[in-house]
Amino acid sequence: MATSHLEAGGHHEQHHHPALAHHFDNMEQQREAGALGMWLFLVQEIMFFGGLFMAYLLYRWSYPSAFAVASNHLNWKLGALNTVVLIVSSLTMALAVYFAQTGNRRLQVMYLLATMALGTTFLVVKGVEYYDKYRDHLIPAAGLFKWENVEALPHGVTPENLQMFYWIYFAMTGLHALHMVIGLGILAYLVFNAWRGRYSPEYHAPVELSGLYWHFVDIVWIFLFPLLYLLGRHLSEGH
Amino acid sequence: METRLPPFEPVTPTDQRINYLNARYGLKSWLLTKDHKRIALLYLGSVTLFFILGGMYALAIRLELLTPRGDLVESNTYNKLFTQHGILMVFFFLIPAIPAVLGNFLVPIMIGAKDLAFPKINLLSWYIYMVGGIFTLTALLSGGVDTGWTFYAPYSSTYSNSYVLLAGIGVFINGFSSILTGLNFIVTIHTMRAPGMTWFRLPLFIWSHYATSLIMVLGTPVIAITILLLALERIAHIGIFDPKLGGDPVLFQHLFWFYSHPAVYIMILPSMGVVSELIANFSRKNIFGYSFVAFSSIAIAVFGFLVWGHHMFVSSQSMYAGLVFSFLSFAVAIPSAVKVFNWTATLYQGSISYDTPMLYGLGFIGLFLIGGMTGLFLAAMGLDIHVHDTYFVVAHFHYVMVGGTLMGYLGGLHYWWPKITGRMYPEGWARFAALVVFVGFNLTFFPQFLLGYMGMPRRYHAYSEEFQVLNVMSSAGASILGLGMLIPMIYFVWSMRYGRRASANPWVLPGLEWRTASPPPTENFEVTPVVTWEAYEFAPMEEMQVIGKFEPGDRAAQPAHGENI
Amino acid sequence: MQSWIPFIPESASTTSGQVDALYFYLVGVTAFFTVLISGVLIFFVIRYRRRLAFEIPRPVAGSIKLESLWTVIPFLIAMSMFVWGATVYFTQYSIPKDALEVYVVGKQWMWKVQHTTGQREINELHVPVGRKIKLVMTTEDVIHSFFIPAFRIKSDVVPGRYTYIWFEATKAGRYHLFCAEYCGTNHSGMTGSVVVMEPNEYDDWLSGNANQESPVAAGQRLFTQTLGCASCHKEDGSGGRGPSLLGLMGSEVHLEGGRTLTADESYVRESILNPRAQIVVGFQPIMPTFQGQVSEEQLLQLISYIKSLSPGQSSGIETTAPARSNNPQVGPATPEGQGAGSLEEQRMNPVGATPPRSSSSSSNSSSTGPSGAAPRAASPAPARTNNGNRPR
Repeated sequence: MATSHLEAGGHHEQHHHPALAHHFDNMEQQREAGALGMWLFLVQEIMFFGGLFMAYLLYRWSYPSAFAVASNHLNWKLGALNTVVLIVSSLTMALAVYFAQTGNRRLQVMYLLATMALGTTFLVVKGVEYYDKYRDHLIPAAGLFKWENVEALPHGVTPENLQMFYWIYFAMTGLHALHMVIGLGILAYLVFNAWRGRYSPEYHAPVELSGLYWHFVDIVWIFLFPLLYLLGRHLSEGH
Repeated sequence: METRLPPFEPVTPTDQRINYLNARYGLKSWLLTKDHKRIALLYLGSVTLFFILGGMYALAIRLELLTPRGDLVESNTYNKLFTQHGILMVFFFLIPAIPAVLGNFLVPIMIGAKDLAFPKINLLSWYIYMVGGIFTLTALLSGGVDTGWTFYAPYSSTYSNSYVLLAGIGVFINGFSSILTGLNFIVTIHTMRAPGMTWFRLPLFIWSHYATSLIMVLGTPVIAITILLLALERIAHIGIFDPKLGGDPVLFQHLFWFYSHPAVYIMILPSMGVVSELIANFSRKNIFGYSFVAFSSIAIAVFGFLVWGHHMFVSSQSMYAGLVFSFLSFAVAIPSAVKVFNWTATLYQGSISYDTPMLYGLGFIGLFLIGGMTGLFLAAMGLDIHVHDTYFVVAHFHYVMVGGTLMGYLGGLHYWWPKITGRMYPEGWARFAALVVFVGFNLTFFPQFLLGYMGMPRRYHAYSEEFQVLNVMSSAGASILGLGMLIPMIYFVWSMRYGRRASANPWVLPGLEWRTASPPPTENFEVTPVVTWEAYEFAPMEEMQVIGKFEPGDRAAQPAHGENI
Repeated sequence: MQSWIPFIPESASTTSGQVDALYFYLVGVTAFFTVLISGVLIFFVIRYRRRLAFEIPRPVAGSIKLESLWTVIPFLIAMSMFVWGATVYFTQYSIPKDALEVYVVGKQWMWKVQHTTGQREINELHVPVGRKIKLVMTTEDVIHSFFIPAFRIKSDVVPGRYTYIWFEATKAGRYHLFCAEYCGTNHSGMTGSVVVMEPNEYDDWLSGNANQESPVAAGQRLFTQTLGCASCHKEDGSGGRGPSLLGLMGSEVHLEGGRTLTADESYVRESILNPRAQIVVGFQPIMPTFQGQVSEEQLLQLISYIKSLSPGQSSGIETTAPARSNNPQVGPATPEGQGAGSLEEQRMNPVGATPPRSSSSSSNSSSTGPSGAAPRAASPAPARTNNGNRPR
């Protein structure tokens, strides 16, 4: 790191890339700063979700059977579909970054658009799931939450504990969906700039960093899906 | 001691007429600035505003506590007073004060960079801070909050009738300003050091800011999500912290202290960085045990995350959890002790001046010593049972936060004032004020230790008569402390116009910030500086007779200087 | 003992001296280091003051030896404090078996106290000198904290769970009782007194206030009449729709789902308020919830009654509470206080009528239900141990 600075110090007045901010010495330094910044941001995001994961762990540990029941009530098929959608979107995003690096404007725009389409699909499916919950009176708020057929619940499960699962479900997936929406906004911005040909093999940091963000959001889902939809499924089959 | 001080060549012509202050004019040039120095000044203004407000609350509290009956204000009003004092001081003054004002101004200059890595994000963080502040102020103006700054559930989530949501949102938003500042510092320190500015040549101010930033980035998101859950619980009442619905009120305390204990280190670490600068520079010595002081900051930042449970010894957490937290809390005291010993040793055979910043630096050591040692009282479980939630705790954290953070902040502000404004403050008045602050502070808070051990609980609006004498002493001290705060505010403002003009290097020091003009130009240095000297190197090592033998850790970057000459 | 020092509160319990000793140790260490370091600091500042404007002192290299010295020594001192502090803490929080129980319920903004002998008090607590007292505490609303400075004890009172502290007063007198955890508007008014009395005065006080129903009796009334628990949980231990509660306290309970736990106050409380959450093996989840129908005080009365069905478990009650527990007709408490041995025998009798429950291994006792479900063997799932501090 230090050596690159030493070299850079001398050749300051050499050709400036138009995208080089005034306070950086060279593109390399700017890219490095951007990448480190994005990684730190993602670490921050992990901690942000971490608080929710803590709450999830504590209450799952306290009410294992309630969580199993509530989890079984989720539509795991839609969840699995969304998982596939997001994994594919990660692939298209990676390809978009690749074509930004190699300077292929057409394919870059195409893959960015594909990523956006997949992201939108995810949100639509999520919306369908949310609607189902609304229809079934499973919105966790005082007065709104109603579990039908309480009598059929297995031993040791109370509606309050089911509600506990649902607020965690909504908080986690809602926060995740919010990140998806922000991600779509970023992608739209990228598409616009990529269309105008702003990214080149020398300067494509925004695409790369947005790619990191997108992958992160995908990875969060990869954790959420089994924790919310799958874990405990086998537990309840015994009943 | 016959060696004479070299002139410390500036790396850039210093008699410029154009500097960051007069490069552009107009409100817009300030509100849309991306210059870290101007943003630092924006922060200086807003942080001072919140400090004055918080200070007024403090004075009202002390005035109320003059009499045991609580006859000045009603108990509801009193509860709002201490809550708002706490929220403003902690979230809007202590946490941003040193990093966002002094750190923002100095981190790029001290490492030889033109700006922070992300200037726009830096400006954004100020706006976020202000929006958070406006939310909180709105809460205060529309009726106030009465939960205590700790927002303990279920009182805050269910029972309080005050504006918890609004204030909580303010704190939530404000957190992101902290996160972005920390992120900016880490990236800047990693990627933007000038040629030759190796890690072990960094001033300790930078090391401590690096450690602080780690906490900001890792800890603040947790308080953000905690407050979000609190808001959710308050709006929807879904039982997150309500045992009737299967929730756990103590979960809130865990999440809250997971951030808020490290937050104490966000407040004190930068101050320790300032003090390291003051002690070394005003005794013209390299810091004793540089790498120990540097790494102790990192150690504090890391261990600081593992000790939150010591706030909960009496909260019904398991005795064995308490045991672990107590042990770790004692462990985290060691790096702080190492710092104090190293600062003291730095003075040995130095050339110590009595300039105001140094007075604050020395005052810091004394007060932090008491503040830190009384922390051990609280970490010792058997004793904490008795003093927990009493005035002992209040006294302890004021010794650390006011005696520590505020002393460091004032010391740093005096020290870098000529760099920031290009003017000197009046030295005589400043020394007088430092003395007044020191005396007033001790008179205010020392009696509170005794009150605490006597058993007076904190947040009491009325108290038992036998506590009155000590309370009156404390209130008397507060008025002196308030006066001591007023004097610097007046002369700082005065000096901006009438102060003596400062040279580029008024203290004759080797640090990078003193090798550019006062005030610095917009990009700090005309040419990127190349660093060839160690931190706090007053004369090249080869020319000096060095006492002792440098250990490999101390001068890792410069093996040629490792020899004993 | 420290009354000659003006800044120490009265020391009036068996552990307060220990806390003070620890305090003096820490004050000593703090004073030593404060004097040492500020002394050195002041000496250096004067001795090495700047004499010439442009002088430079010789740099001093660091010293690994010194660094190790001032890392290790403070660490050792800190460890001594840690060990001492932990020792005192464990004495303060380890509840002795033979302590007399008193129930405390916090409420915005008062302390409600009930003695096992039936006396109720608000913001006052009368206790005798020289008796170990155990407080079983909870709250109706927010978190409070029960703090008696003269005894150097404090514990938060948390909604939805029971917390415990104990003390043994050594000196008669009237001491402060504070709420130490901020609890809203009148937090500073949530104070009271602990009145420590000589044993004979205490007995007078007890008899002067004896016309109140003891918590066991009140609990029994709730159990048999008001709430009708006894229609399912048969008092004589014979088969009912609910598991028998004879000998329940302190025994192991096997739950549906394979969990096993030891019955304690928190378990009983949870089973009353949230019966579906913990179903005993072999029983149907037919019990309705009593959430909102019983107050915290009534819960404590029920618990104290159920405890009285488990001889040897309910500490303190046997030693002061008079014989009543298994005779439904027994009226309010009379302060006999002594005769613990004979009471013990009396109580053993009805339990002895159901030998398998008390004499065989307790793990079996609650697993054989009237529905005839086969007793489940020791559950493969690890028991969720309950240390009494973290219920659920």
